[in-house]
Amino acid sequence: MKPLDYLKESPSQTAGPYVHIGCTPNFCGIEGVFAEDLGSTMLNGQTKGERITVRGRVFDGTGTALKDAMVEIWQADAEGLYPSPQEKRGQADENFTGFGRCPVEQETGEFVFETIKPGTVPFNDGRPQASHITFWIVARGINIGLHTRLYFPDEDNSADPVLGRIELKKRVETLIAEKTGDAEYTFNVRLQGHNETVFFDI
Amino acid sequence: MSDGSFFQRDRDWQPAALTPQYKTSLKRSPTHALLSMDSSISERTGPTFNQNMLGELDNDLVLNYAKDGELPVGERIIVQGRVLDENARPVPGVLLEFWQANAGGRYRHKKDGYLAPLDPNFGGCGRTISAADGSYAFRSIKPGPYPWPNGVNDWRPSHIHFSLFGSGFAQRLITQMYFEGDPLIWKCPIVSMIPNKGGIEQLIARIDMNATMPMDAIAYRFDIVLRGRRSTMFENRLEGN
Ligand SMILES: [Fe+2]
Repeated sequence: MKPLDYLKESPSQTAGPYVHIGCTPNFCGIEGVFAEDLGSTMLNGQTKGERITVRGRVFDGTGTALKDAMVEIWQADAEGLYPSPQEKRGQADENFTGFGRCPVEQETGEFVFETIKPGTVPFNDGRPQASHITFWIVARGINIGLHTRLYFPDEDNSADPVLGRIELKKRVETLIAEKTGDAEYTFNVRLQGHNETVFFDI
Repeated sequence: MSDGSFFQRDRDWQPAALTPQYKTSLKRSPTHALLSMDSSISERTGPTFNQNMLGELDNDLVLNYAKDGELPVGERIIVQGRVLDENARPVPGVLLEFWQANAGGRYRHKKDGYLAPLDPNFGGCGRTISAADGSYAFRSIKPGPYPWPNGVNDWRPSHIHFSLFGSGFAQRLITQMYFEGDPLIWKCPIVSMIPNKGGIEQLIARIDMNATMPMDAIAYRFDIVLRGRRSTMFENRLEGN
């Protein structure tokens, strides 16, 4: 039999302490190469949906906020459509990128995204998933990017098929943001410790 | 064209989260098992990037920070290759971002205090988007090796950092490219966290004399593989195939 000619995925390597140079050069003072840092704006004046601010920090096993992490998010528009050619269910809002990238602030470790509340999207079996934002986190000391999700405390998450897969029910709370303002949610990520965030192999 | 879900990531081919020889990983590695799950539409989709976002010098690190007609110091190189998936198919439209130290091993970053000087004509960042056949190329200066605080005498081999976006967010990857023949590769704690020698070799670019420009720049060939998608020919066709 002819062997299957699959390739292996290239191994990941840490983003290291200088990830800003390549991913957000303006943020680290390298100006004039790229006009603006990728993923710094997700919205414009015409974007449909409820404006929200999502902020938070990433904590290591000593409880210290990382000062050199880069956080990326990916989410559906207000109608639950992704602005991607792989989205076959309809045309997403052209005034929404769905993608945000934020290097954490170098003193406080905080990331901030100005976005909209996403609509619900279906799971593979057709059941609705509760509104969520996909997170991807890299930093020095993280050997392979970490996938997780933010869910909203003011939505009904009880029937979400992904949260339903989490065996230890108290760990579900690690994925639910806290409402910290009128239109503001805080999502703290913990890499280790008794409330370690659930990360996905997805 | 397949819009199927992704092959499960081979965690035995990828570095573990906890690698004691790389000390910073100790307190930054999750301790619980990852929750394994077939990707949903949230991870099968991903942002797309268009050629028209690129500036003319985005893939030319020799010129994109050079001032007043001067050039950066160092060995002029061309890096080129293809982005493929695990099905050995080319992946077009991939945004590749790169960053690197200058020829002396110094990064243009306030966290880098290495003795080697900054080069006023070298910024160290670039980007490009893969073509229909998955190919990409950029021009740069060969980065120097540099010491880093881990063990008392740890050195990074010459390397270029890469960030890649596939067609789905599940393919998101950050990695590093090394240079054929560098003896520091086999002494590096960051390289050694890759469990298989074959995996390490995947990250070593080979000299490509055919692509080398005589009297100008040495070319290196570096192919990168992103996760592959399952074909959904006989599956319940949720998103079509
Ligand atoms: Fe580096």
